[in-house]
Amino acid sequence: MKQASIPGLAGREMPTRTYRERRDSRWRRLRRDKWLYILLIPGALYFLIFKYVPMWGILLAFKNYQPYLGFWKSDWVGFEHFRVFFDNPDFFMLLRNTLLLSFYNLVFFFPAPIILALLLNEIRLSFYKRTIQTMIYVPHFISMVIVASMSYVFLTTEGGAVNEFLYTFTGRKIDFLSSPDWFRPLIILQTIWKECGWGTIIFLAALAGVDVEQYEAAVVDGANRWRQIWHITLPAIRSTIIILLILRMGTILDNGFEQIFLMMNALNREVGEVFDTYVYALGITQGAFSYSTAVGLFKSVIGVTMVLGTNWLAKKFGESGLY
Amino acid sequence: MAKRYKNAGETVFDVFNYVILGIIGVAALLPFLFVVAGSFATDAEITKRAVFLIPSTISLDAYRFIFSTDTIMRSIGVSVYVTVLGTLVNLFFTVTMAYPMAKRNLMGRNLILNLIIFTMLFGGGMIPTYLVIRELHLLDTLGSLILPGAISAFNLIIVKNFFQELPLEMEEAARIDGCTELGLLWRIVLPLSKPVLATFTLFYAVGHWNNFFSALLYINDPEKWPLQVMLRQIVMLSQAAAGDISTMDPGFVQPPEQSIKMAVIVVGTLPIMCVYPFLQKHFAKGVMLGSIKG
Repeated sequence: MKQASIPGLAGREMPTRTYRERRDSRWRRLRRDKWLYILLIPGALYFLIFKYVPMWGILLAFKNYQPYLGFWKSDWVGFEHFRVFFDNPDFFMLLRNTLLLSFYNLVFFFPAPIILALLLNEIRLSFYKRTIQTMIYVPHFISMVIVASMSYVFLTTEGGAVNEFLYTFTGRKIDFLSSPDWFRPLIILQTIWKECGWGTIIFLAALAGVDVEQYEAAVVDGANRWRQIWHITLPAIRSTIIILLILRMGTILDNGFEQIFLMMNALNREVGEVFDTYVYALGITQGAFSYSTAVGLFKSVIGVTMVLGTNWLAKKFGESGLY
Repeated sequence: MAKRYKNAGETVFDVFNYVILGIIGVAALLPFLFVVAGSFATDAEITKRAVFLIPSTISLDAYRFIFSTDTIMRSIGVSVYVTVLGTLVNLFFTVTMAYPMAKRNLMGRNLILNLIIFTMLFGGGMIPTYLVIRELHLLDTLGSLILPGAISAFNLIIVKNFFQELPLEMEEAARIDGCTELGLLWRIVLPLSKPVLATFTLFYAVGHWNNFFSALLYINDPEKWPLQVMLRQIVMLSQAAAGDISTMDPGFVQPPEQSIKMAVIVVGTLPIMCVYPFLQKHFAKGVMLGSIKG
């Protein structure tokens, strides 16, 4: 036993080790790694209690949960909640709001960090580049509540700076915060301000790996800056763009609960309400647990399908994909 | 690389590029600078000028006012408590799980890893999680702000990958000297991982300080509201009073509402600004480590 379990070799793939391991019985390996398994306990309990028990709680979507009966004794209703949800006019409102926000996000926000990274990559003065990077990463660490609060303070019609400004020059005020027309542009602008700078990191990291010799060779071949960007820089970040696009597709029904919740009010609800805020309003504030669980489940199933689907597509087109 | 300069068109592009990026950099900070300036302003100034970066008179009245009652102070206390304790819990759970998971020949490792990755793809959702918290009697306790997010699966996998890449020579030497598995983690692995742990300490801490969602869901008692929830009540809903004029000296003029709100925003952002230089030093590393591999 002694020689079979020199534990120092753990973690290294050595042919002798695997040979010896085959001789080890399961029980022996369990005993040898006793402390490792003990260390696993807190983390395993965490995933069990806070991740897997809620997954099993999804069954609520197929029951009619009554608080006085509890989880076990409440009646099964099958797909009743889903049927009610799909027949509800709210369903189309939620789907439209969610998809439109995602679409605007994809068109206006998604390319922004790519363009910004390309611009940054063209800066030769490394001090200037680093200073700009330091500045544009700041908003990422500011909480959504602060972002929304600042928007309120600046945009309110009661003494907000932007409206005071508008009033001085045009004599009119715009009610940005409760006008349905301004809701989507505001959300996208906030997202661009908060995450555009941070989003460049992953592209800049990919670009840092590009061999300078490639550019030098291109110069020798007579390529100008645009050609260099087109033929060297962009292909270098192509797979990163595709992976991020896959991730974005997977979260197409996720519009960021906090942001929407904070910016939404009774007046812009018709364009603001999305799946997550709807689940919150019905489940947490009104106590319709089963119905809101069904809505949440619908959203996650579409989400997983989207991730797996786009990943499959990416592989089909010769990209490496995520899984 | 100056020899890459070819023609006038490219020089024009370069000048343009420097200017544009300069503007973008300033735009990232500008709203916050306006808020800081506005928080020091007096009533007269706010009605005179809508936007300004340097107030003509610096008044601390807004700050004196918001700290005149313990509403803000108490919520700062809650946030600090949750941030400190929560981050310690995060580190303990993440490290104790990442260490065994980094051992390639641990029996059942792949199964556990796949179960963890699955939680990144699919989850029970808001309501089932809420009900679990309720059944555990964690509603309206600060535990509800700490335990449900004890591990971020993403961070766990990055730390695990980092442990996996550590050189094993020292580990082997320590084992031969009779070091136990726990001693090894404590004396060899953790000291070697200081930079990566510093990164995640900061990430987790910022996450706790900025967390609004959990408190919105799980905390109803205003006494236990963290600063982010209090901020929303004061600035966005105007439902909570930030200060109390009756506790101030006679003759104290109530500062303009805009200044009070801006002062509260500054207080909520200040801690982030204080750790930002450290974040800056570490986060690029954190993102680079982010490449997930089995």
